[in-house]
Amino acid sequence: MRPINVLTSTAAPLPLPNIDTDQIIPKQFLKRIERTGYEDFLFYDWRYNFDAAGKTTPNPEFVLNKPEYNGAEILIAERNFGCGSSREHAAWAINQYGFRAVIAPTFADIFYSNAGKNGIILCRLSDEEVETLIQRSTKNPKHKITINLEEQTVTDDEGFKAKFEIDPFRKYCLLNGLDDIGLTLRHQADLTQYEAKHDAEFWLAPKGASL
Amino acid sequence: MQTLKPRTMFEKVWDQHVVVEPKGEPTIIYIDLQLVHEVTSPQAFDGLRMAGRKLHRPDRHIATVDHNVPTTSAQDRLVITDQIANAQVSALRKNCAEFGVEFFDVQDADQGIVHMIGPELGATKPGMTIVCGDSHTSTHGAFGALAFGIGTSEVEHVMATQTLPQSRPKTFRINVEGELPNGVTAKDIILDIIGRIGTDGATGYVVEYAGSAIRALSMEGRMTVCNMSIEAGARAGMIAPDETTFAYLKGRRFSPGTPPTNLDGRAAREGVGATTNDFEAQWSLAVEQWRALVTDEGAVFDREMTIDASTLAPSVTWGTSPGMVATIEGKVPTLDDAKTDADRKSFERAFEYMDLKPGTPMEEVKVDAVFLGSCTNGRIEDLRAAAKIVKGHHVATTVRAMVVPGSQKVKKQAEEEGLDAVFKTAGFEWREPGCSMCLGMNPDILQPGERCASTSNRNFEGRQGRGGRTHLLSPEMAAAAAITGHLTDVRKWKNNDSKGGAR
Repeated sequence: MRPINVLTSTAAPLPLPNIDTDQIIPKQFLKRIERTGYEDFLFYDWRYNFDAAGKTTPNPEFVLNKPEYNGAEILIAERNFGCGSSREHAAWAINQYGFRAVIAPTFADIFYSNAGKNGIILCRLSDEEVETLIQRSTKNPKHKITINLEEQTVTDDEGFKAKFEIDPFRKYCLLNGLDDIGLTLRHQADLTQYEAKHDAEFWLAPKGASL
Repeated sequence: MQTLKPRTMFEKVWDQHVVVEPKGEPTIIYIDLQLVHEVTSPQAFDGLRMAGRKLHRPDRHIATVDHNVPTTSAQDRLVITDQIANAQVSALRKNCAEFGVEFFDVQDADQGIVHMIGPELGATKPGMTIVCGDSHTSTHGAFGALAFGIGTSEVEHVMATQTLPQSRPKTFRINVEGELPNGVTAKDIILDIIGRIGTDGATGYVVEYAGSAIRALSMEGRMTVCNMSIEAGARAGMIAPDETTFAYLKGRRFSPGTPPTNLDGRAAREGVGATTNDFEAQWSLAVEQWRALVTDEGAVFDREMTIDASTLAPSVTWGTSPGMVATIEGKVPTLDDAKTDADRKSFERAFEYMDLKPGTPMEEVKVDAVFLGSCTNGRIEDLRAAAKIVKGHHVATTVRAMVVPGSQKVKKQAEEEGLDAVFKTAGFEWREPGCSMCLGMNPDILQPGERCASTSNRNFEGRQGRGGRTHLLSPEMAAAAAITGHLTDVRKWKNNDSKGGAR
């Protein structure tokens, strides 16, 4: 995972609530066994038009197909972003497309967790703050937003300034690009001790108990 | 003895699974069981291999194939023609062999949707922590387990350590009190709840469903309710274990106290020499432990809500989010019903996608397809209830209808009861088990513009196929819609003798 702290970039606005993971990455792309190569499938059904034979052409109306939003590393959406399925492919697709942060009023729990494990900053701002940023990025695609993870702020050069909350441990991992398994294994001794006791609780053993 | 602070069921399960609480970091909790399927696991197994790590506890993993498998015939499942799907299924087969995970392959008598087979095997038990790379893992909460969906990085984490770092969720009790009216089912309870609190209404919470209407539900009904907790944004849903739970679990393959003789010729576990009394004692001890899980009198929830079951009606979704719910006697809402600007925008978009005019009576909505199945409503009781509606009728000529049992066991049971004949005579397709058209990863999909009455759990844009339109409802309602060709109030159905409260 790449460490991240300060990100300054233009932003692509997607002013819709409840954007679910089926929209972020439709199911037909979940059959792959790789962890990479999902960028072309991000928002697939919205991003492309389909003719009767199923041939695709980019949908010129969709924000990611507008040349002025090329290179945006921040995505802005409305509440409950990432609801639905647990597919981490959604976080992979967002990341691999080139987004390093998503700003929205709220995120679904599983997506929130998946994003963190892929070095994506999620900024929860108020509905009004998100609305302001959506308007500015819609009116002016060159509008730049700065996210400072260390300071937990979102700012722009038109005087916008907002704080966002983030769990201190999650922040530490993002800043340092740490993944969880190694961190957990620091507690190997506790785990060994716990397991010895817990394995005796046969009523919680998935495959039953022997006599 | 010192009086202990009253605790909720969730708190008891959580506390029992705390491995360590490192200062300033999330709590590390122990995971009793990880369920594995083909779609969200290949990258996790790969991660282990790349890091040179072992799968720490293969005995706490169970795997099957469900999302991708064709449902057309047993033969089509053995040779999957979709090469990418086939590669994914083969990868799981190889990974399970390499890492020593018990795997229920396509032709196995115990294969099925991962959330069906956990309970069927008796692997799912009260008080356990259960995870799976699938959001509908919440299903297992019906047994009083803490069960939740996770992403692939977390799947790998559990494989490597059998633990997960987690921040403690908040608690939310939803009491459903009173008796369900005739024709109203568990599905209608959960659709009503999602409609009330919204698709993010329970985000950050573990929900405990309680009250007399929940107590009266069968295990199948309880699983339906817990299954769709995620559609309200909840981390998990739970229902306290009781006699219904114990009766369901007794004698199942992986239940405590099940003697090896019950294993239908399978390789017996240790303990062949043990007596019946030993097994009974083991079972009693387990039940005693499980009974203690119920929420203590006086325990405090972060949030609480009560619903009067007697006011509920059959529900059906009209839009592209599970929170867009109406009762069958209701109408598609109008923009005046939107509470916020965001709702307004979503409504407009949903009207267009669903091709529905605001104010249309729900009963006038015609359907092209009916899907009966999924981890929400693909259990034996669901098929029995639907068959009762269907018997003596025929599917409308304008409708294609299919029944996809949730598991091999359900399929076999249904065939023994002659339900397959009822469905086939009525013009339904009778399929092999799997996730099928709930998410359309296999060839079972809607064509653009097709409208489907579906017993599944999500009506998102394109969920059942690009451009497809989904209406979520109960198995009884889906069956009635298949016969009439439009959404239909099952309470007016003349075959309907289903008793309120039981489902």
